[in-house]
Amino acid sequence: MNDQHGCDVLVIGGGNAALCAAITAAEAGAKVTLLECAPRHYRGGNSRHTRNIRTMHRAPMHPLIEAYPEEEYYQDLFKVTGGNTNEELARHVIRASEPAIAWMRAHGVRFQPSLGGTLHLGRTNAFFLGGGKALVNSYFHAAEMLGVKVLYEAEAVDLEIKDNRFTSAIVKKDGAEMRVGARAVVVASGGFESNLEWLEDAWGPPARNFLIRGTPYNMGKMLRVLHDRGAEAIGDPTQCHAAAIDARAPKFDGGIVSRVDCVSLGVVVNRDGLRFYDEGEDFWPKRYAIWGRLIALQPDQIGYCIIDRKPIGRFMPPVFPGFKADGTAELAQKLGLPVETVVKTVADYNAAVISGEFDHTILDNCRTQGLAPEKTHWALKIDAPPYYGYPLRPGITFTYLGVNVTPQARIKMKSGDVAGNMFAAGEIMAGNILSKGYLAGIGMTIGTVFGRIAGEEAARHVR
Amino acid sequence: MSDKWGQSQIFQNENFNVATHPGEKSDSDPISLMAEGARQMGICNSCRYCEGYCAVFPAMERRLAFHATDLNYLANLCHNCGECYYACQYSPPHEFAINVPQLLGAIRAKSYRQYAWPAPLARLFDSNGLFVALALMFGIAGIFLLATLAAGSGAALFQAHRGGDFYAVIPHKAMAGAFGAVSLFVLAALIAGFMNFWRDAGENLAEFVRPFALTEALKDIATLKNLDGDGSVGCTYPGEQPSQARRWFHHLSFYGFLLCFTATVVGTLYHYGFGWQAPYGFYSLPVLLGTLGGIGLVVGPAGLWWLKSRCDPATANPEQSVMDIAFIALLVLTSLTGLALLALRESAWMGSLLIIHLGAVMALFISLPYGKFVHGIYRGAALVKYALERRRPGLNLGSD
Repeated sequence: MNDQHGCDVLVIGGGNAALCAAITAAEAGAKVTLLECAPRHYRGGNSRHTRNIRTMHRAPMHPLIEAYPEEEYYQDLFKVTGGNTNEELARHVIRASEPAIAWMRAHGVRFQPSLGGTLHLGRTNAFFLGGGKALVNSYFHAAEMLGVKVLYEAEAVDLEIKDNRFTSAIVKKDGAEMRVGARAVVVASGGFESNLEWLEDAWGPPARNFLIRGTPYNMGKMLRVLHDRGAEAIGDPTQCHAAAIDARAPKFDGGIVSRVDCVSLGVVVNRDGLRFYDEGEDFWPKRYAIWGRLIALQPDQIGYCIIDRKPIGRFMPPVFPGFKADGTAELAQKLGLPVETVVKTVADYNAAVISGEFDHTILDNCRTQGLAPEKTHWALKIDAPPYYGYPLRPGITFTYLGVNVTPQARIKMKSGDVAGNMFAAGEIMAGNILSKGYLAGIGMTIGTVFGRIAGEEAARHVR
Repeated sequence: MSDKWGQSQIFQNENFNVATHPGEKSDSDPISLMAEGARQMGICNSCRYCEGYCAVFPAMERRLAFHATDLNYLANLCHNCGECYYACQYSPPHEFAINVPQLLGAIRAKSYRQYAWPAPLARLFDSNGLFVALALMFGIAGIFLLATLAAGSGAALFQAHRGGDFYAVIPHKAMAGAFGAVSLFVLAALIAGFMNFWRDAGENLAEFVRPFALTEALKDIATLKNLDGDGSVGCTYPGEQPSQARRWFHHLSFYGFLLCFTATVVGTLYHYGFGWQAPYGFYSLPVLLGTLGGIGLVVGPAGLWWLKSRCDPATANPEQSVMDIAFIALLVLTSLTGLALLALRESAWMGSLLIIHLGAVMALFISLPYGKFVHGIYRGAALVKYALERRRPGLNLGSD
């Protein structure tokens, strides 16, 4: 195995965190090689499906409006994780997110005002013009201009580590294995959400019914190697970002369009035709990420959202048209659900609806009374044909199991030592900050901030 | 249970047709092209990441369904810059196979034929290269005939005329008569095409003349705002890296064209209003305008031609490229021969150059309604509709 790609800093991964690390290290004068296991077209990992970055800002800062102070940001994070976050790392990420915007711009990222239907994020999240793939394209271009050597379809399969020090990576490319030596390594190769066996290890057989919203290339190979080679693990393998998505979406890579945004405007029944959770608990943007788990806990990991004519035009258009019927019995039949139960569920729901003033843009007073579970907002009778049904599955976006790191992005070892020349950034270490729950756009914040830290520290190490 | 919603089901649902690549089998059949358009726009409308690039996406977001009329409108709004293709997470080989520039390019090409007037001449779009070549040949031959008939013999063609007096080769009346008649027809055809577009877009004429909409559209046209990404770096044409090249070359062509047109108008005014006969001096207003415009019309189209030759085949529309190049070539030929005529107007070459130049102008005129030029009419009208739509109440889809 010859080493034609030897370098100062080896970056494993091709998503946002990896690119931020590679660019930063190259700008600091290091000779950088980046390994992307996907072909060029699918480069960028899950970053290609992202669309914004959650950013702290003390004053309006294009494209962000008003202010989003550190404390509010931290409290938002504290809430979703139930306080289970590393405060030192979290605050560090939050503070560094503000200057990150200028850095991103300087490396070709363009921004746009928050997208249609995302006005609630206009204050907290900066949207990338064209989305995450456009961002990834800009970063690859910037990296190449800086002389970063990018290898596509190059999969790191093992790391050679001695006395907490990395010496080289074993890399599979063009059917052959090669050894790539470097004086420091940044591992930014994502989580393990595309590894169906691993998901099944963690979740059991229900995992077979999960859909993976993003890249099929996040196999968690480096995560496992790091754990096996003495890195300290962090996070729960069953914790992940899981949304309720259309069951007809592709197994992998369906991305944003696989969402179904009418849950809060209708009712959701399970395989047995029964409701199981308050569909109107809160605005959908605040709830879609819990519905993945809710459906994962239902029999056969499937749910069915049922609406009538009334909500049409009041939610983001779904990519897969709903199953359509003139009556609830016919709809149940089309969806393959027990007809009598579904008819009764909808009838019971209709009977429990208290009339109020419907407004889907606020937490309105349309609710049910005497139902288990209740629907607490936007409860309108489902009685205006045609009826539509959307089958739902858990859609895994990313996983939280990772490696423990210091604020300098150095990997912590089980032995209690800190790795001399091994750094981690992005999803592979996001579990330090995000133990459960999700805050829209924070994945990109963690990746950008820790990518830059890892690149800088790695370059400093080899100087 | 896990196979209940297998991938095969995706494509069996209504409105969600099997992915086809526009430009391949679908474009020969307008119905399947429109079905493909509805499919792709349906996916785009659920994603919306490209919203900030240009007018197409905000216009798309005002709709939940995409009928042929909607697609024709969106297709003519599209400037074919390619940004949304490079940014797309669903571009081929992804199974969703989204390629909006190519899709809308194919629909746009079809719409040109649909709007053409008189309808039978729509087929001129199909063999546009041949049509333009023939127009050029007959244009030159016609002018030659005009010149020889007017002078009684061809002798005047090949000798120098003092002061470059081209009316000695072709009398003013003959020239004005021939071009006047052709212009009237061309104007009628362009107006009829516009009317067809406007009606297809579901608008009435009174809306078109709303001052705010016209002003906004003219601003978009004058600045090519839609070829400028977010207003700083230009667009991804001819390749993946944003550049202002196309915008600048188009500006040169567009303003060059306008200057030449203005020169003609000023010349006409001189002739009929003041009785001042051409040829005019090098530093006269019509000649200065024409010279500047002519230079723009050489450099601009030549630059666009060069960019086109380097354009990424992934976003290109091969079936349109003959038409594009025919138009570009004619513009370059017209302006080059015009400039040569000016430079050599006192020599014995003047007569031959005049005939070639006027032949090229004639061919350019006659091909205006049946070639690339119409993009200006329909895109301009689409931008007016876009400005109108923005003032109308839209959907309230809440938050995603």
